[in-house]
Amino acid sequence: MTDSYVQAVNSGFTKTLAKKLGLPRPAVLRRYRAGDPLTVGPVLVLGGTPGVRDDADRVAEALLGWDLDVRQTPDDTTRWGAVVVVLSGIERPEDASAPVMALSATLRRLAPNGRVVTISRAPAGTDSPELAAAREGVDGFLRSVAKELRYGATGNGVQVTDDAPVDSPSVLATLRFFLSARSAFVDGQLLRVGASDADPAVDVDLPLAGKVAVVTGAARGIGAQVARTLARDGAKVVVVDVPGAGEALAAVANEIRGTALQLDVTADDAGARILEHARARHGGLDVLVHNAGILRDKLLANMSPDKWDAVIAVNLAAQLRITEYLLGANGFSSEPRIVSLASTSGIAGNRGQANYAFSKAGVIGHTRAFARLLAAPGGPGGTANAVAPGFIETDMTASIPFVQREVARRVASLQQGGQPVDVAEAIAFLASPAAAGVNGQVLRVCGQNVVGR
Amino acid sequence: MANRTSPRRNPEQAPETEAPASSAATGAPRDAWVVGGNRIPFARAGKKYSSASNQEMFTAALEGLVARFGLQGERLGEVVGGAVLKHSRDFNLVRESVLGSSLSPQTPAYDLQQACATGLEATIAVANKIRLGQVESGVAGGSDTVSDAPIAVSEGLRRALLEASHAKTLGQRVKAFAKVRPADLAPLTPATDEPRTGLSMGEHQAITTARWDISREAQDEIALASHEHLAAAWDAGFFDDLVTPFRGLVRDDNLRTDSSMEKLAALKPVYGKRLDGVTPTMTAGNSTPLTDGASTVLLASADWARERDLPLLARVVDAETAAVDFVHGHEGLLMAPAHAVPRLLARNGLALGDFDFYEIHEAFASTVLTTLKAWEDDEYCRTELGLDGPLGSIDRTRLNVNGSSLAAGHPFAATGGRIVATAAKLLAQRTAETGAPARALISVCAAGGLGVATILESVPATDATA
Repeated sequence: MTDSYVQAVNSGFTKTLAKKLGLPRPAVLRRYRAGDPLTVGPVLVLGGTPGVRDDADRVAEALLGWDLDVRQTPDDTTRWGAVVVVLSGIERPEDASAPVMALSATLRRLAPNGRVVTISRAPAGTDSPELAAAREGVDGFLRSVAKELRYGATGNGVQVTDDAPVDSPSVLATLRFFLSARSAFVDGQLLRVGASDADPAVDVDLPLAGKVAVVTGAARGIGAQVARTLARDGAKVVVVDVPGAGEALAAVANEIRGTALQLDVTADDAGARILEHARARHGGLDVLVHNAGILRDKLLANMSPDKWDAVIAVNLAAQLRITEYLLGANGFSSEPRIVSLASTSGIAGNRGQANYAFSKAGVIGHTRAFARLLAAPGGPGGTANAVAPGFIETDMTASIPFVQREVARRVASLQQGGQPVDVAEAIAFLASPAAAGVNGQVLRVCGQNVVGR
Repeated sequence: MANRTSPRRNPEQAPETEAPASSAATGAPRDAWVVGGNRIPFARAGKKYSSASNQEMFTAALEGLVARFGLQGERLGEVVGGAVLKHSRDFNLVRESVLGSSLSPQTPAYDLQQACATGLEATIAVANKIRLGQVESGVAGGSDTVSDAPIAVSEGLRRALLEASHAKTLGQRVKAFAKVRPADLAPLTPATDEPRTGLSMGEHQAITTARWDISREAQDEIALASHEHLAAAWDAGFFDDLVTPFRGLVRDDNLRTDSSMEKLAALKPVYGKRLDGVTPTMTAGNSTPLTDGASTVLLASADWARERDLPLLARVVDAETAAVDFVHGHEGLLMAPAHAVPRLLARNGLALGDFDFYEIHEAFASTVLTTLKAWEDDEYCRTELGLDGPLGSIDRTRLNVNGSSLAAGHPFAATGGRIVATAAKLLAQRTAETGAPARALISVCAAGGLGVATILESVPATDATA
C-alpha cells in the first residue's frame, strides 16, 4: 500500500513541480530501525531556570542517560532533533509565556522529522480555576503547534498526573516513545501518564522479552504488523484469526516464530481457548491485543440487522467477553497489558459507519471501564488502553474510491496516510512494561487528522 | 513470571514412572506419541487445486503444522511421506517440501509410497524410529493430486526419444523417429487400475461387494453418515486445529450438507455393470471421488513434546500390514485389512470390541461393509483368517464418527494423515472428558491387495509415560 504522491513530491522533477505549484508536500516519515539514533539531532530542553534543580533539569538529566546530545540553552546554529518543553511548573496562564516564546525562537531550527514534546501536569478535578486554565491551555497550544510543524516533524504532549514525578519511569518511557521514530504517525496527541513502579532497566530494544502476547485478527493488515512488531520487541506471539484466514495466519506465525490459533473471536469459548493455548504452549499470557475487526458499511437508513449485529459482535462484544473471561480466570501471568483497536470513526463518527462507530466508541468505553477495574484497590493492576488509527494504508483502505482516499490522506497534519507499523508501534509501546503508568487512555495514530479531537 | 511453568512441565504433576526414558539407554522400546496434525482442505479433482503441485500442497500442509506448533527453525528427526501419482521430477518430494518450509533445512526426509496406505505407513515408520530411540520427533504424511498428475508419452515415442538422444548422426536420429507411429503420439494419462488384472479398483470392489451381498441401501447409509458426521464435525469446529486453508479453500469441497438417502438412491451405478447376474450397487455417491490434498501428522517422544510444551494426544500402540492374493486367489482386492486387524488384535491381546473409535477408510462404502461382514462370518474367519470363530462385530456408533473418505474425499497418500490426526484428537478429547484411557482402531486398504491397521491409545496426562 504505497502512497505514490508522497514518493512523487519528494524526488526528481515532480518534486520541483510540486514546489512551484505550491502543492502539499507530505514528508517521507522516519521510522524505527534497530540501531538508528533515537532522534535526528540534539535535544533541547526548555522551561527550566538556570541554576535551579527543577523539572526541566530532571528531564534533561534523564535524557542524558539515553546517550543523547542534550542542551538547555538555545543557540542559532544547531538543527534540533527535538525540543522538549517542560511546562509542569506553570500555575497561572501567564507562566507559560517564557517557555513558549523560547520554543517559538527554535521552531525554524527544528530538523525534518524533528519532535516537539510538551511535559505538563494533567488537569485534575481538584485544580483551582486558575490552575485548571493553565493546564488545559497546554492542550490547545500543543495541538496548534503540531499543526504548524512541517517536514515530518510532530508535536505531542505528556500530561503527568500530580502523583508522579516528571522523571518517573512511565513518563520517561512515554517521552522516549514521542521522541523516537516509533511515533512517526502520532501527531498532536496528549497522553495522560500516572505514577508507576515500572522497572526502568528494561532493555529498550527488547522491552517485551520473555512476554507472551496474543494478537487477534493477525492474518493480515494491521494485526499482522502488530504481531511482527511485538515479536521484534521480544515477545512470543500467539496469532489468532478465523479458520478461513488460516493460510495467511500460518505464514505470519512462521515469519515471527510464533504459533497460530485458528479461532473465531465471537465463539463462546474464545477466551478459554486463547488462554489454554497460551498457557499450554508458552506457559502464560501477558499481553492481549484486540485487533480483530470487520466493516459492514451502510447508511443507517439502509442498515440490515445482520450488518449491524456482525460488526458489534466482532468489534465490540468479542473483546468484552474475552477480556472478562481472562480477568475472571486470572489468566494473565503478570500485570495485564490489554490494548484494543478503536478508531477515529468511533471518536468523530463517520457517514455510513453507524455500526462501526458504535463498536469503536464502545471499545473506548470498555477500555476506560476495564482500566478502572484493573487499577482499583485490590484489583490485579495492569493497564487497558486503546489505539485509534486514522487513515492507514491497508488492503481495506485501498478499496476506498480514489478521491475520497486522497482527501482522507491529505486532511491530516502529516498530509498522508499512516502505515500499519505506525499503529503497531503505538500498541507495542502501550504493551511494554514501562508503560505501566498509562491506563485507560485512547492514543490516536492519525497524523493529526482533522477528524475529531 | 513466577507461574510460568505449565502443568505438563511441572515435575510434581508428571511423576517419573517405571517406563524407561530411552531405548538407546535400556534397549526397551518407549512410546511414540501423536502430537497433532495439519492438512489442507481436500478438493475435488480439477477444482480449487487444479494448478497446485504435490510439492506445493505438502509444503502448505507442513507450514500449517509448523505454525500450529511453533516449529520454526526446528530440526526434526525426519519427515516421511509420499505421493501415489508422482512426477519423476518429484523424486525427493518430501525433502524438497522440507527445504521450502520453515523447518530447519537440517531436517532429513525421505519419500515412501504404499498406495492409499502411504500416510499410515509413514506414521508407522516415524513412530517406530521414535520407539527405538533413533529419532525424537518426526512428521508423517502424504500428498496427492489427480489434477496435476504426470502425463507420460507412449512406450513407442518414449523408446524413440531415448534412442534419438543416444544417436550420434542426423541419420540415426531420423531413423529413430521414423519408428514412431501416429498412435504413439497420444499421451498416457495415469491410471490406478491394477496392473495385473487390468481392472479398476471400483470393478474389483464390485466383485467383492457382490460376493458379500452388500445392499445398495446399506452402502448409501454409510455414505450419508459420512457426510453428516463430517459436516457436524466441521460445524463444531473440530477441524479448527487440524486443517489450514489453502488457495482460498476453507472446507473439504466434496462435503455435501444437503445429501439424503433419496438423492443417493437416485444415482446410477458406475461399477459392476458388467458382472453377470448381479445388480450393480456402487455409485458415485457411495464411492470416493478423485481428490487433491495433503496431510501431515507430528509424532514425538514424550520428552521431546514436553520440552516444547506440546500435547500428547495418543500413543501409537502397534501396527500390522497385510497383503492378500487377489490375482490368483479368490480374496478381494481391498480385503487385506480384514487380515491385518485380527493379527494385530491377537498380538496385543485385544478383542474387536475393545475400542472407543473405529476409523475404517471408506475407499468405497462397500469396503467398510464387506470388511465388517467378513469379521462376523464364521466360515470366512475360520478358513481365511485362521480364527476359531467370527472375529466379532463393532458398535457402529463408534465407526468413523467424524466422517471419512466418502465425504472428505480421498487424495490417496493424504488419507492416512487425515485419519491418524482425527483419531488422535478424538481419543484425547475422550480421555479429557472421562479421565480414562481410550483406544482407536484404524484400518486403511490399498491397491495391490494391501491393508494396514494401527492401534492408537490416549491416556490421562498424569499417566503419560516419559
